[in-house]
Amino acid sequence: MLGLDLTFLSWDIISKFVLGGLWFSIKLTLIATLGGIFFGTLLALMRLSGRQALMLPATIYVNGMRAIPLVMVILWFFLLIPFLIGKPIGAEVSSVITFIAFEAAYFSEIMRAGIQSIPRGQVFAGQALGMTYGQNMRLVVLPQAFRNMLPVLLTQTIILFQDTSLVYAIGAYDLLKGFTNAGKIYGRPEEAYLLAAVLYFVICFALSWLVKRLQARIAIVR
Amino acid sequence: MSWDWQVFLNDDGSGRTYLQWMMDAWGWTLAVAGCSWVVAVLMGSLMGTLRTLPGSPWLVRLATVWVELFRNIPLLVQVFLWYFVVPRMFPAFQQVPGFVLVVFALGFFTSARIAEQVRAGIQALPKGQRYAALAMGFTTAQAYRYVILPMAFRIILPPLTSESMNLLKNSAVAFAVSIAELTMFAMQAQEETSRGVEVYLAVTALYMLSAFAVNRVFAFIEKRVQIPGFIVAGGTGGGH
Repeated sequence: MLGLDLTFLSWDIISKFVLGGLWFSIKLTLIATLGGIFFGTLLALMRLSGRQALMLPATIYVNGMRAIPLVMVILWFFLLIPFLIGKPIGAEVSSVITFIAFEAAYFSEIMRAGIQSIPRGQVFAGQALGMTYGQNMRLVVLPQAFRNMLPVLLTQTIILFQDTSLVYAIGAYDLLKGFTNAGKIYGRPEEAYLLAAVLYFVICFALSWLVKRLQARIAIVR
Repeated sequence: MSWDWQVFLNDDGSGRTYLQWMMDAWGWTLAVAGCSWVVAVLMGSLMGTLRTLPGSPWLVRLATVWVELFRNIPLLVQVFLWYFVVPRMFPAFQQVPGFVLVVFALGFFTSARIAEQVRAGIQALPKGQRYAALAMGFTTAQAYRYVILPMAFRIILPPLTSESMNLLKNSAVAFAVSIAELTMFAMQAQEETSRGVEVYLAVTALYMLSAFAVNRVFAFIEKRVQIPGFIVAGGTGGGH
């Protein structure tokens, strides 16, 4: 087909190169999503706290992270972490830390919008019932904010999954790297890139379709 | 650790200082981003408009396929597709410089996102505007040209601003195919000089400065094209 030969693809290649990379990409996506939502929620709470000492650092952090290309953030962490802990660090571990820190900034914006979408009356009602700030957030505001923002959070996760391919910059072994290596060893780099594109497309397309369905269901429930 | 900003005055081995190299690299970053922006806005507007055309299901489908295709493949993989796979499949592309291929990759990738914004902008308009234009005897093309698109573009200016800043940041992936832009400079200068922190700081500052400039330009445009009496809220979904 158009000068390409896709017949080199075999179970051998999939099991030796692709699965390992795919597993790392999925792991990185899941850890960064959970960690990013956790720290992102903290950042959002800081920015909404009304206290300058909390708002200012959180705002600087979030806006700073969002102003820099992800590739540069990946390079920064890979340079600085060994410097701070005093010993070299693997590209994979560095990627995980980077993505948690980077995605926290993006998830915090989503969570901030989610928290602000809760009518103030809910907070007042919680206070009137004698709830502390922590109880109010944990039992009233955050559960609703999560639910309202669930489709957006999941869409961000799909973008995050695509962005994991950028660990290429520091040579971590992810899905793309798996295909790249297989292509190099079997002398079919172009075919390998094409197959990588197809696999990424299938995964991301399927996930966005699921998010769309979920969105429709949530809309009805509400 | 002590600072060593003098490193930027060192010779990089080809008769220019690292500072000059960085400025050249900045130029490449702006060139890649600028050219890609033109491609992205042109194709994004076209595809976004096609997705709203009444009575042309095939054009709508074509535009939908376009958006889904370019949105669901990571940008870095798309860059590799344009740089390695397309010239293999279509030999005519072997003469095309790498810069142009990266512009296509970044431009088409971003066009899918802009198409979604344009579509949302068009759909945010009251249906009456379209009907009024048609009732005045405008053809569909005229209705879009004189009534619908001028309003839609004003509505989407805020998300278009952040998407343009995203495009600028995304241009960093051009390093992967050896375009001599800022990220490429950062990686190479870091390796050669071992003054990674200084190099990264300078490059990061240039990215932030560029993104800020894009932001200001759009704020200026937004102010200039504002229609008095219209409170145009960009509440049509943020640019993700």
